[in-house]
Amino acid sequence: MFSNILIYFVVIPVVMLALLGLCRDVKQIRAVAVTGSLALLGLSIYLLVDYLGLRQTDSVSPMLYTDSWTWFAPLHINLAVGVDGISIAMLILSSVILLTGSFASWKIDQPKEFFLWLVLLSTGVFGFFISVDLFTMFMFYEVALIPMYLLIGVWGSGRKNYSAMKLTLMLMGGSAFLMLGLIGIYYHSSPEGSPLTWNLLEIAKNDAIPHSWQQFLFPMTFVGFGVLGAMFPFHTWSPDGHASAPTAVSMLHAGVLMKLGGYGCFRVAIYLMPYAAHELSYIFLVLTGISVVYGAFCACVKTDLKYINAYSSVSHCGLVLFAILMLNTTAMTGAIMQMLSHGLMTALFFALIGMIYGRTHTREITQMGGMMQILPYLSVCYVIAGMASLGLPGLSGFVAEMTIFVGSFKAGMADYLAGAGSLRLVFTLVACCSIVITAVYILRVVGKLLFGPVYDDHHRTLTDATWWERLSTATLIVCVAAIGFFPNFFSDLIKTTFSPEIFRVLGI
Amino acid sequence: MDVTIPILILSIPMFMFVFLGLLGMKMTHKLAGVLGCLGMGTVLLLSYYTAYVYFFSGAPEFVNAAGERLQYLVFDQTWLQFTDKLTIKIGFLLDPISAMMLVVISTISFMVHLYSMGYMRDHHGVYEHGFQRFYAFLSLFSFSMLGLVVAPNIFQMYIFWELVGASSYLLIGFYYIKPSAVSASKKAFIVTRFADLGFLIGILVLSYYTGTFNFTELTSVPVEGIAGVTQIDLGTAEGVRGIFANSAAPMFMGASVLTWALVLIFMGGMGKSAMLPLHIWLPDAMEGPTPVSALIHAATMVVAGVYLVARLFPLYLMEESALVIITVVGAITAFYAAVVACTQIDIKRVLAFSTISQIAFMMVSLGVARPEIHEGLGYMASMFHLFTHAMFKALLFLGAGALIHAIGSNDYTAMHGLRKYMPWTHITFLIGCLAIAGIIPFSGFFSKDEILSSCMGYDWVAYIWMSLVAGLTAFYMFRLYYLIFWWKEHKIPEGHHAPHDQPWTMTLPLVFLAAVSCVAGFIPFGNLVSWNGHPYDFMEHFDWSVATVSLIVALLGIGLATVMYRKENSLPEKFRNAMPALWTWAYHRFYWDELYMFITHRIIFGCVCRPLAWFDRHIIDGTMDSFAAITNKMSDVIKPLQSGQIQMYVWYYLVGALALGGITVLCLL
Amino acid sequence: MELTAIYYLLPALFMFCCGVYGFITRKNMIAMLISLELMLNAVDINFVVFNRFLYPGAFEGMFFTLFAIAIAAAETALAIAIIINIFRAVRNIDVRSLNEMKF
Repeated sequence: MFSNILIYFVVIPVVMLALLGLCRDVKQIRAVAVTGSLALLGLSIYLLVDYLGLRQTDSVSPMLYTDSWTWFAPLHINLAVGVDGISIAMLILSSVILLTGSFASWKIDQPKEFFLWLVLLSTGVFGFFISVDLFTMFMFYEVALIPMYLLIGVWGSGRKNYSAMKLTLMLMGGSAFLMLGLIGIYYHSSPEGSPLTWNLLEIAKNDAIPHSWQQFLFPMTFVGFGVLGAMFPFHTWSPDGHASAPTAVSMLHAGVLMKLGGYGCFRVAIYLMPYAAHELSYIFLVLTGISVVYGAFCACVKTDLKYINAYSSVSHCGLVLFAILMLNTTAMTGAIMQMLSHGLMTALFFALIGMIYGRTHTREITQMGGMMQILPYLSVCYVIAGMASLGLPGLSGFVAEMTIFVGSFKAGMADYLAGAGSLRLVFTLVACCSIVITAVYILRVVGKLLFGPVYDDHHRTLTDATWWERLSTATLIVCVAAIGFFPNFFSDLIKTTFSPEIFRVLGI
Repeated sequence: MDVTIPILILSIPMFMFVFLGLLGMKMTHKLAGVLGCLGMGTVLLLSYYTAYVYFFSGAPEFVNAAGERLQYLVFDQTWLQFTDKLTIKIGFLLDPISAMMLVVISTISFMVHLYSMGYMRDHHGVYEHGFQRFYAFLSLFSFSMLGLVVAPNIFQMYIFWELVGASSYLLIGFYYIKPSAVSASKKAFIVTRFADLGFLIGILVLSYYTGTFNFTELTSVPVEGIAGVTQIDLGTAEGVRGIFANSAAPMFMGASVLTWALVLIFMGGMGKSAMLPLHIWLPDAMEGPTPVSALIHAATMVVAGVYLVARLFPLYLMEESALVIITVVGAITAFYAAVVACTQIDIKRVLAFSTISQIAFMMVSLGVARPEIHEGLGYMASMFHLFTHAMFKALLFLGAGALIHAIGSNDYTAMHGLRKYMPWTHITFLIGCLAIAGIIPFSGFFSKDEILSSCMGYDWVAYIWMSLVAGLTAFYMFRLYYLIFWWKEHKIPEGHHAPHDQPWTMTLPLVFLAAVSCVAGFIPFGNLVSWNGHPYDFMEHFDWSVATVSLIVALLGIGLATVMYRKENSLPEKFRNAMPALWTWAYHRFYWDELYMFITHRIIFGCVCRPLAWFDRHIIDGTMDSFAAITNKMSDVIKPLQSGQIQMYVWYYLVGALALGGITVLCLL
Repeated sequence: MELTAIYYLLPALFMFCCGVYGFITRKNMIAMLISLELMLNAVDINFVVFNRFLYPGAFEGMFFTLFAIAIAAAETALAIAIIINIFRAVRNIDVRSLNEMKF
C-alpha cells in the first residue's frame, strides 16, 4: 500500500495531526505545520516531474499511479487512487495554499486546535484530489467540510455563528444532492449482471448509466458540486462565510475548497454522464453565465473587502463552471487554469485582507484610505493581486480567461453555425463583459483603499508586513506570475488529462 | 538577422522594470534615474541599428529585387497553445511600420527618461517621492509598447495592448495621493478596458473564422526561398474575405461578419486612440506627470489604435464599410477635439485635445486610403503623420512640462509673457506650434499635406472638412502659444524668483525634438513606408494646389490667433459673449463626461449594481435564510409536544394505541 | 358455575384500567408508582391465567410471572430511591414540577 506515492498525500497530513497532538508550544506547532506543508509541496512537485516523465511513455491511460485497496467488499468500496494533470495541478495548488495559509496564521489564538482542524481539512482536500473512488471521494469531501464549521465558528469574526452555520448547512444541503447522485451512479455503474463499482474510471469505461437516469443524476451531482463552486443561486454562503472566516480559512476555502466544486463537476458530473452533459448543459450554462456577471456587478457596490472578494470569487468560479460546460478541450483547459489562477490570487487577496484587517480592525473601504503610504508592501501586493484578478497579461488571470474565452467562443460559434441555437455564443459574450466589470470593482477598491489621502490618522502608526507575511504573499505572487509567464507549461500539463479515452467519453 | 538584438530590445526594458521595481528603493534616486536612462539609451541605439539595417542594408530578407519592402519574422516563440491551430506566440516582426515605430518609441522614450531626470525634482534639486518607481514604470511602459509594435500576431498585440493600458494606469496615477489622479487613472483604464472588450471579441471572431492570429497569414504571402519572410498581398486578404463569405452565416444583423470583426477591432483602437465617444479618458489622463503625458498620451500609446488599423489595413481594404466608419469617426473626432481645444485654459488639456484631433487626422487618413488613390498615399501619410506628430507633440508636451515646472501651475492664466524668461522653451515651443500648424518647412506641413491630398483624392467633403480642422488646429495652437508667451507682461508673484529655463537634461530633449521637427518633413517617407511595401516618391503625388490651400488656411488660423491673443485686448471676451452657448458647451467638452458619469453612476451603479446587490441579499439570500427560518418555525411548532410531562406522554400513547387498535379492528372487520 | 378464564381476565382488565387511570391522573409520584404496580400485577394475572387455561401442561407463564414480580420489586425500590432523591432536591414529589429536563 505504501509503495504508491499518492497515499502519502493522506499519510503526511495524518502524521501532522498526530504530531500536532503532541506539540507543547506554539513554536513546535509552527514547525510541524510548516514542515508538513513543505513536505506536501515537495511531494507534489516531485509528483509533477515524475508524472510528466511517465506521460512521455503512456499517453493513453486516463490516469496514472492508479491503485486500489479494498475497504468494504460487500458494497465494492475501495480506496482507489490515481492522478492526471488536473489532479496534480490541484495538488500543487492545495499544498501552496496550505503552506502560505500556515504562514498567514502565524499569530492565531489557540494555535494547536486551529492547526489540528486546518490540517484535518487539508487531509480531506488532498484525499479528495487523489481519489478515483466515488465513495472515498465523497468521504474526503465531507472530511473537508466539517472542520470548516468549527474553524469559522471559533476563530471567525463578525457574525461567525450565523455564517458558520449557513456555510455548513448549505454545503451539506449540496452534499445531500450529491450523495443521491453518487448512489444513483453506483447502482448504474456496470452493465446488467456484472458487479457494481464506485471506481469512476471503470464507470466511465462501462458507460452503462442509462440516458434517462443521466438526466436525473447529472443535475444532482452538478448542483451538489456546484453549491461548493458558488453557482448562482446557491452562492450566498460564500460572502457571509468568507467574511467571517479567519484568514487562513478564507484562503483555503476560496483557494482550494471551492475548486473541489469545479473539479467534481468535471470529474464526476460531466465525465461520467456525457450524454446528459450535452443535453442539459444549457440550464447550467445559464446559471453559471449569470454567476459570472452577477457576482461582478454585486462586487461593484459592496464596501466590505471580504464581501467584494467573495463576490468576485462567485464571478470567477462561475467562469470555471461555465467553461467546463462548454465541453471542448480549450475551454476545459481554461477552466482548470482558471481554478489554479483563482485559487492563488484569491488566496493572496484573502491573505492581504486578513493582514490589513489585523492592523486596522476594519474591512470597510469607506473607513480606510491611503494605505499605500502606510503599508507600502501590502499595498503593492494588493495591486498585483488586483491586476491578476482583472486579467493583466503576465499574471495568471489573463491566460486563464483568454483560454476560456477562445474555447467558449469556439463552442458558441460552432453551435451557432450549426443552427443549434445561439445560447452558448450569447453567454460567451456576456461572460466576456465581465472583464470590464472586474476592472471596475478592482480599481474601485484599489483607488479607495490604497490610493488617495490617508483617511484615518490613527492608521499612520501601523507597521508594514512582517517576515512571515512577506513570505506568504511573495510565494503566492511568484506562483501567480509563474502561471502568467509560462502558461504553456500548465496548459500542456492540463492537456495531458485529455487523453483519447476522455475524448471518446466526452464525444469531443 | 541575428535574434540577439531584437531580444535585447524587448528584454532590457523588462529587466529594468523588474530591477528598479524590486531594488529601486534600495538605491539612490540619481542612480535609479541614471540606470533607467542607460537602459533606455541602449535600447535606443539597438532600435536605431535595427531600423537602419532594415531600411538601408538591402538584405534579401528585408527588400526584394523590385525594391519592395518585406516583412521579416525575426523570432516566434510559442507562449500559449489554445488549439491545434490557434496559438499565441511571442515574436518579433520587422516590417516598415514596426521599424519606424521602434525608432519613434525608443527616441521619445529616451528623451522622456532624460527629461524626467530634471523634471521629477523640485527647484532645490530634491527628487520627488517615488522617483525610482517612476523609472520602473517608464521601463514597463517602454517594454509593453515595444512589444506591441513588433507583434507578429494579433494576440500578442492584445497582450501588450493590455500591458500598455496597465502601465498607463500606473503612470497616470503616479501621484496616487491626489484623488483626481486616482480617478483619472481609473477612468483611463476602465474606458480603454471597455474598448478592449470590443477588440477581444473582434479577435475571437476573426480567429475563429480564419484559424490564425498571425498578421502575415491574414494579409501576406510567404516569399519563396527565405524562411520567415512575407510580403503584403491583397490576394491573401481576399482569401480571408472568402472564408467569411463562404461560411454558414456570412451576415450578421445586416453587415458582413468580417465587417463586424473589423469594426470591433477598430473599437479597441478607438479606446486607445481616444476617438469619439471613447475619448473621455485622455484629457483626464493629463493628471499624470507631464513627461508621461508626452510619452504615453501624445506620442506612443495613443497612436496604437492607428497602428492597429494600419497593421490590418489589407483586411480593412476588403470591407469598404469598415473604412467608411473609420473615416467618419475620425472626421467627427478631429473637428470636435479641435473646437474643444479652442476653449480650454489648462495648457495640458489643450494639448490633449489637440492630440485627439491629430490622431483623428491619422485615422481619417487611413480611412480614405485606397490603393487606387495616389498608390495608397493615405496609408503612408498616416504613418508619416504618426511619426512627425510623435516628435512635435512630445516636444510641445515637454515644453509645457518645462513651463509647468517653472510656474507650478497648469493654467495659462498664471503664465503670460514668458518669452523673455524662458527663451529655450519659447523657441522650441514655437517650432512645435509651427510644425503642428503645418507651416512649411516644418515636418507637420508635409505629413498633413499628404493627408489632405489623399482626402482630396477620396472625396471633396472630406478634404474641406479636414482643411477646416487644420485651420482650427493652427488657431488653437497659436492661441495657446500667444497666451503663454505674449498677451501681457509676466507678473512674478511675491516671494518667488523669476521663472527661468531648465537644466540641460530638460533642454536637450527639447532641442533635439525641435531639430527633428524642423527636418523630419524632408525624410523620403514614401520610400520607406507604404501600404504594400512598394516604394514610391511621394513628391509625385505632391499636389501644389492642396499645399497652397492648406498653407493659406494655416496662416489664416495663425493670423486670427495673432489678432486675438498677441496683445491683451477684449476681442476674446467679445467672441465668447457673442456665442455664449457654443462657448460653454465647448468649454465643458460638450458634456461628454457628465453623460458618462450619468450612465455609469446613475444607470450602471444605481440601476444595475445596487438593485442586484439588494436582490442578492434580500431575495436570494433571503430565500436561503427563510429555509432555515421555516425549519426553525417547524421545530418551534412541534416542540411543545415534548413537554416533559410524563402523564401527557401516557395520554398520547394511550390515544395512539387505542386508535391503532381501533383501526386494526376496523380493518379486520 | 365453572370458573372460565373470563372470570380472571375481567378483574385483571379492571385492575389494569385502574392502573392506567391512576397513572394518568395522580400527580403524586408515589401514587403513580402504585398505579404502575397495579398495571404490572394485572398483566401478571393475565400471564398466569393464559398459562393455566391455554397450555395447562406448561409452566412458562408461571415462571415469567415470578420473574416479573421480582423485577417489579427491584424496579419499585429503584423508583422509590429516585423519588426520595427528587424529594431531596426539590422538596416535592409532584410530577408536574419535574420538567426541567425536557427537550
